[in-house]
Amino acid sequence: MSALLHQIFSGLAMGGIYAILALALVMIYQATHLVNFAQGEMAMFSTYVAWEMIDSGMPYWAAFALTIVLSFIGGMLIERIVIRPFAHAPVLTIVIVFIGLLLIFNSVAGWRYSYTIKTFDSPFPDKRWFGNTLMSSHESGAILVTFAVLALVYAFFRFTPLGLAMRAAAQNPASSRLVGIRVGWMLAIGWGLAAAIGAVAGMMAAPIVYLDPNMMLGILLYAFAGAVLGGIDNPWGAAIGGFTVGVLENIAGAYVVGPEIKLSVALVIIVGVLVVRPSGLFGRTLVTRV
Amino acid sequence: MTLANDTPTALSAAAIAQAGSRRLQRLAMGVFCIFALGLPFVASGYHLFQFAQVLIYAIALLGLNILTGYNGQISLGHGAFYAIGGYAMAILATKFDVPYWATIPVSGLICFVAGFLFGLPALRLGGLYLALATFALAVATPQLLNYRGFDAWTGGSQGLQLGKPHAPFALPLTSDQWLYFLCLVCAALMFWAAANLVRGRIGRAIIAIRDHPIAAETMGINISFYKAMCFGVSALYAGVAGALGSIVVGFISPDSFGLFLSLSFLVGIVVGGLASIWGVLFGALFIEFVPNYADQLSDLFGESAKALPGAIYGILLIGLMYLMPTGVAGVIRTAPGLLSRLFSRPKRV
Repeated sequence: MSALLHQIFSGLAMGGIYAILALALVMIYQATHLVNFAQGEMAMFSTYVAWEMIDSGMPYWAAFALTIVLSFIGGMLIERIVIRPFAHAPVLTIVIVFIGLLLIFNSVAGWRYSYTIKTFDSPFPDKRWFGNTLMSSHESGAILVTFAVLALVYAFFRFTPLGLAMRAAAQNPASSRLVGIRVGWMLAIGWGLAAAIGAVAGMMAAPIVYLDPNMMLGILLYAFAGAVLGGIDNPWGAAIGGFTVGVLENIAGAYVVGPEIKLSVALVIIVGVLVVRPSGLFGRTLVTRV
Repeated sequence: MTLANDTPTALSAAAIAQAGSRRLQRLAMGVFCIFALGLPFVASGYHLFQFAQVLIYAIALLGLNILTGYNGQISLGHGAFYAIGGYAMAILATKFDVPYWATIPVSGLICFVAGFLFGLPALRLGGLYLALATFALAVATPQLLNYRGFDAWTGGSQGLQLGKPHAPFALPLTSDQWLYFLCLVCAALMFWAAANLVRGRIGRAIIAIRDHPIAAETMGINISFYKAMCFGVSALYAGVAGALGSIVVGFISPDSFGLFLSLSFLVGIVVGGLASIWGVLFGALFIEFVPNYADQLSDLFGESAKALPGAIYGILLIGLMYLMPTGVAGVIRTAPGLLSRLFSRPKRV
């Protein structure tokens, strides 16, 4: 029983990381109806940046904050420079561009930081929280960070004028432009936010999965599964989906399919949800007028 | 009025241009055939192996291009079908003692069924979701091939070792030369079939589905049937390529079927030209030789040369989408017209 509980809780910790990355995916999806295949690699690159800063002696939380700011700027620049020219291109073109970004980030990270696996220290003290024996301190901390990110994102979109403007721009770009919202910049900010949120996911994942250029590939896949399961146009659904996928993945890995083929759990979830209920658990069903 | 006056001359000009490009096309075909047939007698064994690999990639790319280029269904996971074909061949040859040449069509058929089955749920997915599902397939493939439950069949992470076949009927050919010709014959058959498929009624139907599904359906095209068939045929091509791949390499293991392979295929059709039959040859040359040359640069760059193919692929994918979204084939198609417009004096009317 305690083994099962242990699996569930460490699943929740990984699920929190999937939830954050899924949130980043949803943020771009809501504005552009596209899924950013490079989201994971962008997060991986941010994590390397954080590692470099910590390695040169910067305190963890300072590096954490600076990485988030840099990722935000980087995400905005990518939208402005790379993505903007393809604003009205067909889906296939944009998917190809995303794959290009994925390959570029992966190889630049490998070139700059080498392909050898690095350890990434957890910021949380090595003492178990409240004497619980089910989770390591990093797992508890990662869950806490997840909730903090969710709360911040909620507050941003609910209570700030910029958040309102972004929601408006995503929902109805034409009318938003008429009332004076700069829709193009809202998109760029959305990309920046997604990159920043992804960076948090990367930095929380790195102590668990270790740092290497391919570390986010599996995590991105689970985040896809979480986003699809929760409904890719609903941030809260995606967060819940991320947690669910984390737990499912851990339990299936421990008791059903074995740890070596855990990734196929994500494949089964993605294909299963898309076939049975394409809008996900909490998503809206889209009806297109012909 | 001007329109009426212009039309005949414009028409005849177009006809002349078309006839010219026909002749050019035939010439290019002839040169290509001589090159392809003569190559085994001048190239060394290793180079021959590389060109056999080019032909194999070309077959796989052809399949992906039928699906993605002509039918508009995005697949980021064709490496999975290539893997199924390769493993089907290896398992048939090692466990059932099927002669290697007979495994090629069987592997193709197995992949057709696998692709058709994967294509059935894929019918309900729009472009983006299909990309997601196939991406997941590509990422999960090496793990699935490594699965301990299949060890008895697949050899696990050790893979399967195959012998190199020799030329039959006492033909005076080395093993490498024979394998090259085998690939050449298969590629020629597959290209011929694809060219006919795309040019005919079915081809027009699948292009119509890509361009305007609703209009296509009102014209009486059975969209689900064609889309699933397209997926199946495309997987069949990947499967034949995979089978040939394991025959030529003589060894198969899960590591060679990662996400990078699937993404290489995507790079291949983008470089060669989406929705083009002959373009895939350029794409295949590209994805065979770029990683190879990058390897040779490792003396210069040390370990970071490993990053080079990925970087080149990534930059090219984005750059090509900016500058020449029709790939090499598109440039070749439009270049004669552009050149003649550049060099011919503008006519006064």
